[in-house]
Amino acid sequence: MPDATGLELTAHELRDHNAESILGTDFGRGRAVLLAAPEHVIDVLSHLHGKGYTFLASLHGVDYYPEEPRLGVLYEMLDMHEVDRITVKVRVSIDDPRLPTATELFPGADFPEREVYDMFGVVFEGHPDLRRILMPEDFEGFPQRRDFPVGGEPVLFTFNEETSYGKYQ
Amino acid sequence: MEIKREPLDAPDDFRSRQLMARDMLRGDLEGEALERFVEQSIMTTTLEKAVSWSQGNSIYPMTFGLACCAIEMMSIVGARVDIARFGWEAFRASPRQADLLILSGRVSVKMAPVIRRIYDQMLEPKWAISMGACCSSMGVFNNYALVPSDKFMPIDVHVPGCPPRPEALMHGILRLRDKIHGHSPDGWRQRYDAVGTEEVLIGSDPDVDAINVFQPDDTGAAR
Repeated sequence: MPDATGLELTAHELRDHNAESILGTDFGRGRAVLLAAPEHVIDVLSHLHGKGYTFLASLHGVDYYPEEPRLGVLYEMLDMHEVDRITVKVRVSIDDPRLPTATELFPGADFPEREVYDMFGVVFEGHPDLRRILMPEDFEGFPQRRDFPVGGEPVLFTFNEETSYGKYQ
Repeated sequence: MEIKREPLDAPDDFRSRQLMARDMLRGDLEGEALERFVEQSIMTTTLEKAVSWSQGNSIYPMTFGLACCAIEMMSIVGARVDIARFGWEAFRASPRQADLLILSGRVSVKMAPVIRRIYDQMLEPKWAISMGACCSSMGVFNNYALVPSDKFMPIDVHVPGCPPRPEALMHGILRLRDKIHGHSPDGWRQRYDAVGTEEVLIGSDPDVDAINVFQPDDTGAAR
């Protein structure tokens, strides 16, 4: 993890490169976070890639309900030579959650992006095969969103099998 | 099964039984003595009872594990609770040869059609045990991902626990054995409308089109 100064220097460097790419920084709790603008996230990632952060260790989604914009996508970058980590965070609104895909830069982002799409409904534009990966393809809704109902199927007992919905046949 | 026995004239005398058996083989035993000897030597039952007795003592479970319950399921073939005592030890790798499906673990929404298809591929008579909380009521994974097994296939015995100890599964197995032996009413089958769900392949019977054969966009449910 770069120190606070190092993080700010990286942010400045990225702003010099593309003035609108970095919206803010967050340092603490063992993480250095760059808050990137959704439309420029690939710029940020490729610049960091050029700086040595060549390994995308993780790509995952978060739902920050009730904050707005609600959805977040986090890219955990790792510099294998300096043994240095940095997090790129992107926030997208729930009304139109779209992001450019990172698969061209990191082919390994293929499955994580499908998972984020499956669980949070973030659409990665340009992804080669954006389908559900864990849930069945005809599943409706995005189960890891905070407003998705927690309860599962009601349990079928003998006493309620006539009234419970979804009874076999 | 009732075994009808009458005491011999000298019931404790083993030697006299031996002599009587020898006389019978020689053809010297006649009349009432012969009748009584035969009554003592054979037992009568119905064919149905005899068949269910042998079915209950020669179940081949399917080699099929879903989650952590499967570890407990594997241990029932071990020495401590040895289901070989009841003739259940031969785990079959093909549903066509198996009589029993032990659902040992959580059933996800995606896995349910697969399990249903395996169940349909098993030949009658067939039974199913739902092992553990997840499979019966989804247990701690009561969320979007799982489905209880009652929703898509008929279950004979539910074994509760998380996971159940091998002894608990053994108890369930013995309850199923009692059910098979006692020929307990097939009420559950009518309730679930679960008769005739076997998969019949195209061409196996000229009169019958393919029944219950999985099609690419099928959900796997019986038609």
